[in-house]
Amino acid sequence: MSQKHLNSVKTGHFKNTAGCATEIMPIPDVVKISMSQHIGAPCKPLVAKGDYVTVGQLIGDTDAFVSAPIHSSVSGTVTAIEEQRSASGGRDTLVVIETDKKQEPCADVKPPQAEDLAGFVKAIRESGLVGLGGASFPTHIKFNPKNLDEVKTLIVNAAECEPFITSDHRLMLEDAEDLIAGMELVMKYIGLDHGYIGIEENKPDAIAHLDQLIAEKGLADKMETFTLQARYPKGAERVLVYEITGKTMNAGVLPADLGIILSNVTTIAFVGKYFRTGMPLVEKRVTIDGDAVARPTNVIAPLGTMIGDIINFCGGYKEEPKKILMGGPMMGRAIYSDAMPLVKNNNAILAFSSKQAYIPEETACINCGRCHSVCPFNLIPTALADAYDAKDAQKLSDLRVMQCMECGSCSYICPARRPLAFINKLGKGVVKEAGIK
Amino acid sequence: MDNKVRDNLLVSSSPHIVTGVDTQKTMAAVLLALAPSFLVSIYVFGARVILLTLVCMAASMFFEWAWNRLMHKEQTVMDLSAALTGVLIAFNVPSNLPLWIAILGCFVAIVVVKQLYGGIGKNLVNPAITARVVLFISFATQMTTWPLPLTPSNADVTTGATPLGVLAEGGAELPSNMQCFLGVIGGSMGEVSAIALIIGGIFLIYKKIISPIIPACFIGTVFVFALVYYSIAGVPEVAGDMSVLGMAIFHIMAGGVMLGAFFMATDYVTSPLLPRGKVIFGIGCGLITMIIRLFGAYPEGVSFSILLMNIMTPLIDNYALKMEIKKQAKKGGAK
Repeated sequence: MSQKHLNSVKTGHFKNTAGCATEIMPIPDVVKISMSQHIGAPCKPLVAKGDYVTVGQLIGDTDAFVSAPIHSSVSGTVTAIEEQRSASGGRDTLVVIETDKKQEPCADVKPPQAEDLAGFVKAIRESGLVGLGGASFPTHIKFNPKNLDEVKTLIVNAAECEPFITSDHRLMLEDAEDLIAGMELVMKYIGLDHGYIGIEENKPDAIAHLDQLIAEKGLADKMETFTLQARYPKGAERVLVYEITGKTMNAGVLPADLGIILSNVTTIAFVGKYFRTGMPLVEKRVTIDGDAVARPTNVIAPLGTMIGDIINFCGGYKEEPKKILMGGPMMGRAIYSDAMPLVKNNNAILAFSSKQAYIPEETACINCGRCHSVCPFNLIPTALADAYDAKDAQKLSDLRVMQCMECGSCSYICPARRPLAFINKLGKGVVKEAGIK
Repeated sequence: MDNKVRDNLLVSSSPHIVTGVDTQKTMAAVLLALAPSFLVSIYVFGARVILLTLVCMAASMFFEWAWNRLMHKEQTVMDLSAALTGVLIAFNVPSNLPLWIAILGCFVAIVVVKQLYGGIGKNLVNPAITARVVLFISFATQMTTWPLPLTPSNADVTTGATPLGVLAEGGAELPSNMQCFLGVIGGSMGEVSAIALIIGGIFLIYKKIISPIIPACFIGTVFVFALVYYSIAGVPEVAGDMSVLGMAIFHIMAGGVMLGAFFMATDYVTSPLLPRGKVIFGIGCGLITMIIRLFGAYPEGVSFSILLMNIMTPLIDNYALKMEIKKQAKKGGAK
């Protein structure tokens, strides 16, 4: 156990919706289900216009190794297969379904049975589960480490260090049974000795609730909560591993290489729920907040629901939105339109009016060094920016630009409002282009 | 509620929130930290302190505004860096300095030192320190005619030597360390009260505006240097029955060490970025200060030491960066 901490930054928490119990959103008239809800190859639609689909029915899949299948979140009729520009700038294939609001479950939906790790991994793949904390890496690959004998520790990432977001917090209060069950399953099949749930200290109710549940179930010798500082970015994978185990994890290293399976709390809770109900990943709990939203709260909505429809369920826009984010304000992605569907790794939708969504104006660097003092990996963003201006790939590499995880702490703290994290992102491109290892 | 699609939303790279502390607030915090010393100076030297400070602040802001205006550059006067420079110039000159000389100093600082090199963030040396040195060399008489503290016995301001002047040249009694600590001594307008400057410095460190490394290394070096020197050379006659330790304490509290260490040497733009560089910078300032004080022609060396170390800063930064790269390469190997 480590008492040392990596550098971090104290952001405002803005956990306005922490007390908002999750509401189930009524089924919308139309959903548009993306075929690319994971890192890796997009799925191909398995349905065509006019087909009738049911809840949990497989509607997209591929043979590619890194991918996860897609299921229908509603019952209804496929009215179109269409393309849309995705938030990241690529093209997305969407299966458009007009719902009949009956929510007929698919006949294939039944709780899975798994004899061994292979059966468990197969069931996880069939559930369509991906990393729900934001990375959307297919979970069945993560749960099947090459060095199985060396992997002994489970770390559940419940830090939720992004401002505004409370969906993981609500999950721990509302679905803690599924979380503990999911941890037991993962530990049993992969053969892990001990599980940690890393939670920031600003969620004492969740910590107390989980501690109590673990004690009640007599699991105290197998799993425990681990209290983290309520600072950003304690929920970043490499930071969390260091805080809990004291092991330094460089970019490009997998937690499994250090003997750890690390998953987001919602991902693990889904495992518990899936083995209880057999229903694949078809809905998601998201925090809806931001000063443009009339009634900020937490919502469970079917995947593929339009962002605009979810916000309308939350009372609509109180003020005209200027910027809408998928995810938190530190690492979330700004989307160009609210006519985009909810996808698996969404954990928040934040709509900001022009007041909260201003673009800071960049002024001259005053060399204060705060960017360096907050970087979890001790990078020197000002020097990196100079090297990027000179397009000096070797210097960028020497200054370890590839270690940057773009957490945004440097940009956040900069009094001159320089987009330092974004410059690092561009700097990585320069290094990759130059082919420096 | 409406069903209109919003498809002209603003798209930008993350993060989408920033801290409230910008350059202006940073400068304002430093100005606030100078307030205790300002108040003590008013008490010690009288109302001229207020006039001199306001004139320097206004002149610096005017030069900054006018330069940006004439050069069609973005207006930066509201970032308060020019205001801070003006106040620091006032703090670094005798309180009875003719106003036109003070205004000339502001011109040197803002136009010659800062703007000709590209404005905020680009200047090579600290504008206020350089202005002080330029005035000191150009107007030797006015810049060394030190007013003495107002006391009931001399209601009219009289002039005399500073404590360091007494130490170097004799001719009067050396003030006690308690007098230096509180600030009832002669000297530049804002440098006299060690306690007031320490309060301001601790505020800046607590607020994480400055790192404690440079002040600690600067003051520590002066202290240790004095200890060693007086242990070998013996306490001079003018100091009376002061101990070696007393002399070391005297050196850190007299003259511009506190003002220099907390407020001038910590100037972001002209001091090193990395902790290792800050250590070298602080020690260098302390060494040069003491060499000038004990072996040089001038009784005081703080402004020369900071100016010289400002010039060294790019070299120090470069060295510290190379050492950092080496350290990280040894530690992780990963790039």
